Amino acid sequence: MYLLVTAIVTLGIGGMAALLANRSPRLSSAIGTSGAVLGSALGLVSAVTCLYSGGTAPLELSWEVPFGSFSLGMDALSAFFLLPVFGLSALAAVYGNEYMRAYHGRKSLGPHWFFFNLLIAGMALVVTARNGVLFLIAWEVMSLAPFFLVTFDDDKESVRSAGWTYLVAAHLGSLPLLVLFIMLGQTSGSLDFSSFGAAAQAAPGAAGILFMLAVVGFGTKAGFLPLHVWLPEAHPAAPSHVSAVMSGVVIKMGIYGILRTLTFIGPPPQWWGITLIGIGLASGAVGILFAIAQHDLKRMLAYSSVENIGIITTGLGIGLLGRSLDQPVLAALGFGGAIFHVLNHAMFKGLLFMGAGSVLHSTGTVNINRLGGLHKKMPKTSAYFLIGAAAVCGLPPFNGFASEFLIYLAGITGGTTLPAGGAVTAWCVVVGLAAVGGLAALCFAQAFGAVFLGEPRGSLADKAHEPGPMMLVPMALLAGGCALSGLLAPMILFKMPSALSAASGIAKETVASGLATAFDSLTFIVLVSAALITVASLLALLRRRLLEGRTVGEAGTWDCGYAAPTTRMQYTASSFTQPITALMSQVLRIKTRTTAPSGLFPAGASFETATPGGTREYIYKPVFNGVASALSRFKWLQHGRIHLYVMYIAITLIALLVWKL
Amino acid sequence: MGIWVDSTIIFIVLTNFMLLASSRLAALVRGVALQGFTLGALLLLTHSDNLTYRVWLLVVAAVGIKGIAFPMFLKRTLNNINVHREVEPYIGYSLSILIGIAGLLLSLWIGSRLPLPGPIVSTLAIPVAFSTMLTGFFLIISRKNALTQVIGYLAAENGIFVFGVTAVHSSSIWVELGILLDVLVAVFVMGIAIHHINKEFESTDVDRFSSLKD
Amino acid sequence: MDAEALIHIGIALLLAPLFLGVVNRTKAVFAGRQGRPLLQAYFDLAKLLRKGAVYSRTTTWVFRAGPVIGLSAVLMSLTLLPFGGQGALISFKGDFVLFAYLLGLARFSTVMAAMDVGSSFEGMGASREVTFSALAEPVLFLCFLALARHTGVFSFSEMLPAISYSTWTHAGPALVLVASALFLVTLAENSRIPIDDPNTHLELTMIHEVMVLDHGGPDFAFIQYGSALKLWAFSALVVGTLLPIGGIDLPTGVVLSTAGTFILAVMVGAVESTMARLRLLRVPQYMAGAAAFAVFALVIAL
Repeated sequence: MYLLVTAIVTLGIGGMAALLANRSPRLSSAIGTSGAVLGSALGLVSAVTCLYSGGTAPLELSWEVPFGSFSLGMDALSAFFLLPVFGLSALAAVYGNEYMRAYHGRKSLGPHWFFFNLLIAGMALVVTARNGVLFLIAWEVMSLAPFFLVTFDDDKESVRSAGWTYLVAAHLGSLPLLVLFIMLGQTSGSLDFSSFGAAAQAAPGAAGILFMLAVVGFGTKAGFLPLHVWLPEAHPAAPSHVSAVMSGVVIKMGIYGILRTLTFIGPPPQWWGITLIGIGLASGAVGILFAIAQHDLKRMLAYSSVENIGIITTGLGIGLLGRSLDQPVLAALGFGGAIFHVLNHAMFKGLLFMGAGSVLHSTGTVNINRLGGLHKKMPKTSAYFLIGAAAVCGLPPFNGFASEFLIYLAGITGGTTLPAGGAVTAWCVVVGLAAVGGLAALCFAQAFGAVFLGEPRGSLADKAHEPGPMMLVPMALLAGGCALSGLLAPMILFKMPSALSAASGIAKETVASGLATAFDSLTFIVLVSAALITVASLLALLRRRLLEGRTVGEAGTWDCGYAAPTTRMQYTASSFTQPITALMSQVLRIKTRTTAPSGLFPAGASFETATPGGTREYIYKPVFNGVASALSRFKWLQHGRIHLYVMYIAITLIALLVWKL
Repeated sequence: MGIWVDSTIIFIVLTNFMLLASSRLAALVRGVALQGFTLGALLLLTHSDNLTYRVWLLVVAAVGIKGIAFPMFLKRTLNNINVHREVEPYIGYSLSILIGIAGLLLSLWIGSRLPLPGPIVSTLAIPVAFSTMLTGFFLIISRKNALTQVIGYLAAENGIFVFGVTAVHSSSIWVELGILLDVLVAVFVMGIAIHHINKEFESTDVDRFSSLKD
Repeated sequence: MDAEALIHIGIALLLAPLFLGVVNRTKAVFAGRQGRPLLQAYFDLAKLLRKGAVYSRTTTWVFRAGPVIGLSAVLMSLTLLPFGGQGALISFKGDFVLFAYLLGLARFSTVMAAMDVGSSFEGMGASREVTFSALAEPVLFLCFLALARHTGVFSFSEMLPAISYSTWTHAGPALVLVASALFLVTLAENSRIPIDDPNTHLELTMIHEVMVLDHGGPDFAFIQYGSALKLWAFSALVVGTLLPIGGIDLPTGVVLSTAGTFILAVMVGAVESTMARLRLLRVPQYMAGAAAFAVFALVIAL
C-alpha cells in the first residue's frame, strides 16, 4: 500500500515539477513524462504484487474533513483496474513526449503534463479510495483534469466547444453520484465503504434507486447509450495520447464505479441484469453504427469505444443475471468476460488512438477520405494499427476474441440451460454480440483499408513519415500485448477468480469452478490459434517454393482499360460503407449536401456528408434549448452591478442569522 | 483592565463612523490604518496575562499589515488613479450615518441572543465585531468607487478579526494568521485589478462596469 | 481428438473440389448442356499452382498475406466440424463461436487484400461482402443457438452427432427450420445465387469474385481451394443437422454423410439454376427471412 502512495506522490511531484519547469518545453516534457512513467511503474508493481499475493492491508490516514477519512484499500478488483490505469498511462506518456514536440515554443507544456500526471493520480485514488468523501474528491479531480487536457488546442472553436460539452456532461454525471453517496451514508451512518455493505441490505426498495443512480452517474462517465454524447466530441478534440488514456482508462472508471456499487447494494434482482444488458446491447449497436458513418478517424474510434463499453456492460449484465438466478457459472463467465474486456480494450484502443495520432502528426489530417496508401510511408505504424484493428474486431488469435468468447459462452450457457425468460435474454446477448462483431469488422476494415492501403487520395499523404522511436515503441508494446493476451488468455483467466469474487460477491471457489469450462475452451482456442499460425507459415513457405523458379512480375492494378485512372477513383471509406449506411439510414440520419454534375461535359460537383449524433441532435439539443429559453425570462436579475450583488448576499446572511436566533 | 478593553472597543466603533462619513479617499485610508493599530492594541490588552511569542507575532502582523502595509499600498494606488473624492455615492453621507446607527442597534440585539462557547473579555465585543462587519458590507454596497469597496472589504475583515480575538481562545492565533494571509493576497489582487481597470477604462466608477454584463 | 476425426478432414480436403464439380454439372444438366468435366476444379488448381505470379505495384505484404491467412483459417475451421456421426478433431464448449470467427478472419484477410489493391472494383466487392456477412453473422449464431437449445449441449461434436431418430421425433420441425436457415446462410456466405453469381464477370454484379480479381497463380489457387473448403464446411453443417445418424458406426456414417453432402450439392445446383439473382437491395430481406426461420426454431424450444 505504501508503494501505491509513493507512486501517487511521485506523480504529483512530477506534475508540479513539470509546471515549474514551464519555461523550457523540452525540460518540462521530460520531467512530466518521467514522473508519469516512474509513478506508473511503482503503481504497477504494487498492483501486480497485490494480485499475486491476494489482497493488501488497507491504509488509513487521519484527515479532518467531516465524514471523510483518508482510507485507501486495494483488493483484487482494484488491483485489476490499476493494471490498465498505470500501464496505458505510462505508455501514453512516452508517446506524448514525442507527439507534443510539434507544440514546442507555440504553447506551454508545463500545465499539460501537470494535468496529465494529476489525471493518473486521480484515477489511482478513485480505484483505491475506501471512503465516500475521498472517492468523490478523487472523482472530481479525475473529471476536471481531462478538461484541461482536452482543451489544449484551444485556438480551435471545435476544441473549445468539445471541452465545454465534456465539462457539462461530467458534472451532470457527478450529481447522481453525490445523491448516491448521501443515501448510502444515511442508511449506514458513515461514509466508509466498509460500513456500506452491511447497512444497505436493510432496505430492498432503496436498493433499486441506488442502482439506477449508479447507472446514470457512472454511466455518464462510461458512455452508456443516451448519456454518451460527450464522448465523440471530447475524445477526438484531445491530443492523441490523451485520447488514448481517456478512451482506454478513464471511461473504465465508470465501470469500476458500477462494480464497486454492486458490492454495496446486496443481492441483485433480475431486472438489474436485464437493464444492463439492454443498455449494453443498445450502446454496442448504435455505437458501431455511428462509427461506421464517420469519416474522421478519431471520431470513429470514439464511437467504437462506446460500442466496446456496450460489450463490457452486456457482460456485466449477464453476470448479474446469473447472480440473481443463482447460476454461478453464468455469473463467473459474464463478469469474467467483462473485466477481461476492460483490460483488452485499454490495450487495443490505446494502440488504435496512438496509430491515429501518428497519422495526424505526420499528415495533419484524420479525414479518412483524404488519406490512403500510408502503408508504404509508415510500414510499422500500419502493421501495429492492423493488429489493433484485428483485435478490436474480435478476431482470433488476439485478445478481443478471448474476452468476447467468455461473454458468448455465458450467453450460450444461459440460452441452453435457463428457463424461458432468462433464455431469451441470453439469446439476445449472443445475437447482439454477433451483430456488433460483424459491424465492427466492417468498420475497421474500412478504416484500415482507406487510410493505410491502396493509393494516396490526395497530396496530404505525401508528407507522411514514420514517427520516431518514442512513438513507435509504445505502439509495439501494446500490439505485442494484444497478441500475448490472446495467446496467454487461459493464464490470465487463472488469475481472475479473486477479482471476480470481489466484484460479484460470489465465493472464490465457486467462481473458479464456474470458470473451469471456460478455461478448457480457452486453452483449445489458444491451441487452434497456434496451429493457425503454423499452418499459415507453412502455406507461405509452400508458396515461396512454388514461385521459386518462376517469373514474379509487377504491374499496375487492373483498371478495365481506363485510359487515365486516378487515385480518386478508388473506393473511399464513405462509398465502402454506403450499403450499410443506406440500410440503416433511419437510425443514422446522415445529412448530405450535393451539387450534382450537370451538362454534357460535367465540370465540377461536390458531395458532403455529416453524421451528427442522433441523441445529441434530437434529444439533448431541444431539451437544453427549451431550458435556456425558459430561464432567459430571469435575465433581468443579472444587471451587472456588483454592489447590488453584495447587498443580496449581505441581506441573505443577516436574514438567516436573525431567523436562526 | 476591563475598562481599557472596553475603551478600545468603543474606539473601534468611532472609526467605523469615521469610515461611513468620509467622502475623501485619503481620509478613508487613514481610517483603516487607525483601525489596524487599534486592533493591535486590543490584542495586547486581551492577552495581557499571557504574552507569548505567538501573541507578539500576531500583534506585529496585525499592526504591520493592517496598520502600515495596506494603507501604504492603498495610498500608492490612490496616487496612481486620479480620483480623490468619492463622488455621488448611492446612499448619501447623512443617511449612511443613520444606517450605521441602525446597524449598531441590530448588532447589539444579535450579540445578546447569540449563544457563545467560552468567556468573553467584554460584553461589547460581539456587537462591535458585528457592526464593523456590517460597516464594511455597507461601504461595498453603497459606494461607487472601486477603491472604497476595497476599504469596505478591509473593514469587514477587521470585524472578523475582532470577533476572533475576543471570543475565541487557544488556537485562534493560527486561524487569525490564516485569515490575514488571505486578506493580504486579496488586497494585492484588488489593488492590481483597480490599477488595470483604471488604465483600461480611465475610471474606477463601478456603475460603468454594468455595461460589461451579458 | 481421435484418429477417426482425421478421416473427415482427409475427405474434405480431397473431395471439396468435386463438390464444386457436382454443382456445376447439375447446372449444366438443367441448362441442357454437356457442361465441364466433374474434375475440372482439380485441373484448374493444378494449372494455377504451376504458374508464376504478377503483383500490383500498389500492393504491400497485406496483399500477399491475404490468401495464406484465408486458407489457413478455413482449414482450421474444418478441424472443428464433426462428420459422419463422429466427433471433430478439436472440440470444446462454445467451439462454434470459434468456427464463426475463424471464417470471419478469413473474410477479413481477403477484404484487406482487396482494399490493398486500390481499385474501385475490389472496393466494391469488399464493401458488399462485409455488409452481407455482417447481416449473416447473427443468423448463423441464431441457428447455433437453436441447435444448442434443442440438444442441450454446446459443442459441435456433441450437438451434431447426437442427432438421432429420437431427436427427430421430438424436435423434427425445429431441425428442419434450422437446416433451412443454415442452407440460406450457406448460399449467402459462399456467394451462390441468389446472392451472388459465381459465373458472372461483370464487375457491377460481382461480390466475391471481384474481390479476388487481382490475385493470380498460386495465390488464386489458395483462394479457390479455400472457397471450395468453405462450401464443404457449410454443407457438412447442414447435413449434420439433418441426418439422424447419431450412434451409427463409423464406415456407414461416413458413407451416408458423404452421400448427403453430394445430394446437397445437387440441391445447390438446382437452386442456382432455377432462381435468378436477387437485387442487392433485397438481400437484407433475404437475411431477415433466414433469421425468421431460425428464430422460429428457437421459439419452438421454449
